[in-house]
Amino acid sequence: MLEHDIVIIGGGPAGMAAAVAAFDRGVNDVVILDRDDDIGGILRQCIHNGFGLHKLGRELTGPEYAAVYKKMVEERGIKVYYETMVTDLTSDRVVTASNRDGILKIKAKAVILAMGCRERSRGALNISGKRPAGVYSAGTAQKLMNCEGYAVGKRAVILGSGDIGLIMARRMSLEGAKVEAVCELMPYSGGLTRNIVQCLEDFGIPLYLSTTVCEIHGDRRLEGVTIAQVDENRRVIEETKRYIPCDTLLLSVGLIPENELTRAAGIPIDPITNGAQVDENRETKVKGIFACGNVLQVHDLVDYVSDEAEIAGTAAARLVLEGKGKTEEIKTGAGNGVRYVLPQCISNRDGDVALFMRVTEPFGKVRFTVRSGDEVLATAVRLKAAPGEMEKITVKADKLALVKDTVTVSLEEI
Amino acid sequence: MERNLTCIICPRGCSLTVTVDGENTKVSGHGCPKGEKYGIDECVNPVRTVTSIIRVDNREDTMVSVKTADPIPKGMIFELMEIIRATKVSAPVYIGDVIIENVFGTSVIATKDIK
Repeated sequence: MLEHDIVIIGGGPAGMAAAVAAFDRGVNDVVILDRDDDIGGILRQCIHNGFGLHKLGRELTGPEYAAVYKKMVEERGIKVYYETMVTDLTSDRVVTASNRDGILKIKAKAVILAMGCRERSRGALNISGKRPAGVYSAGTAQKLMNCEGYAVGKRAVILGSGDIGLIMARRMSLEGAKVEAVCELMPYSGGLTRNIVQCLEDFGIPLYLSTTVCEIHGDRRLEGVTIAQVDENRRVIEETKRYIPCDTLLLSVGLIPENELTRAAGIPIDPITNGAQVDENRETKVKGIFACGNVLQVHDLVDYVSDEAEIAGTAAARLVLEGKGKTEEIKTGAGNGVRYVLPQCISNRDGDVALFMRVTEPFGKVRFTVRSGDEVLATAVRLKAAPGEMEKITVKADKLALVKDTVTVSLEEI
Repeated sequence: MERNLTCIICPRGCSLTVTVDGENTKVSGHGCPKGEKYGIDECVNPVRTVTSIIRVDNREDTMVSVKTADPIPKGMIFELMEIIRATKVSAPVYIGDVIIENVFGTSVIATKDIK
């Protein structure tokens, strides 16, 4: 059995930033395991710009952002196991992986989960029709176009207005395809406002809210789709059905954190985030196993993935070097208007703790209040709040000292 | 003339109101000076950074991602795409290498290393 101080599963933006942070905190024996032949993860296919404004102070494309972190990994001599697929993880931190050399087992002092997400597929949606070619998840189409140079289609409909769907609407338009419509089941878009402006409005692509794709037509190749409006219970309104001819349907209908290994290790999962339950150090309920990035919660911006990974990497290094453990467990929870709060608990009160959350629906001007019992720990006012944009509120250490009970975050419209 | 815009400088997405009255342009609703500049530019001369890919002719199924070094006028995007589509490069290519020079006042540069 191999031994390493810190094993990081996944070499995307979270894995790379966690590795760098752990190394810089003083642990030299950090390794990254990645199933691809290069690190960078999904950033490698995200050729659009808008990455790095917060974290690096300049606007980069995905491959450029990945290259910044890859360089940091290489400069530190951090070992990367390429084309290595992790197949099992135990609660006592034994990682089993497979690559060209065979099966390897690694015993780690700390493990950082950074596996990211995969896309929800057609199978999860129950759209009726045959299975013609031309139906892609948006990320698959993105990889085919941007990395391998294939045109995926000439006339497209996109289901789902999350950021990947919006980005692909622009990408296909630029490559000469006609994007007929972006349909969104919900009455609001799940994407960033800037993407609606520069990906749809710039190209005159209509966004139909409270609308879904209910039938797929075509036998060998997609010939068209039937779209329809939905009522407030998200049921199709029959008389609104209409046919749109197209050869391509892109599905941008949500991301699923890839938590098979997390479950294998017996780590409790939060049913809302679909990621591990963690404390402020991003340590899971199993000691020595940390999680960060999209495998923990789906982020809007890679900049915040890097921030979160640094928290996990630094804390993992501290655990390896100092054996510093959890001292207590204060639960956090979501109140009115808030869908979830991460971290799900607080284990140490020796510093400020930033709470991350998403709201349940779009709001105008709101005030967030962080409470524990009758004690108000922090408040924050936002001019608007939307489920597509993650919120961050920091609770100061002196306020945390007052906490006796669960810490909840709620909002009120003002 | 008054236009309502959403600022796209950063993901915050401020709602801007831009009033254009001859020479005078006034912006309100912005959260930072960059947003004010965006509001004015968007009404007077809208620009966009364009990102795309160019085929690497000496590597199988390999594309190098590229971007305009500076934003170009919005109306020129499709003309630029024609030029990009007609271009090929040979590896090695490195981030920052100029692939197309002097195009709409800027250049098209590589955003990925292809060794």
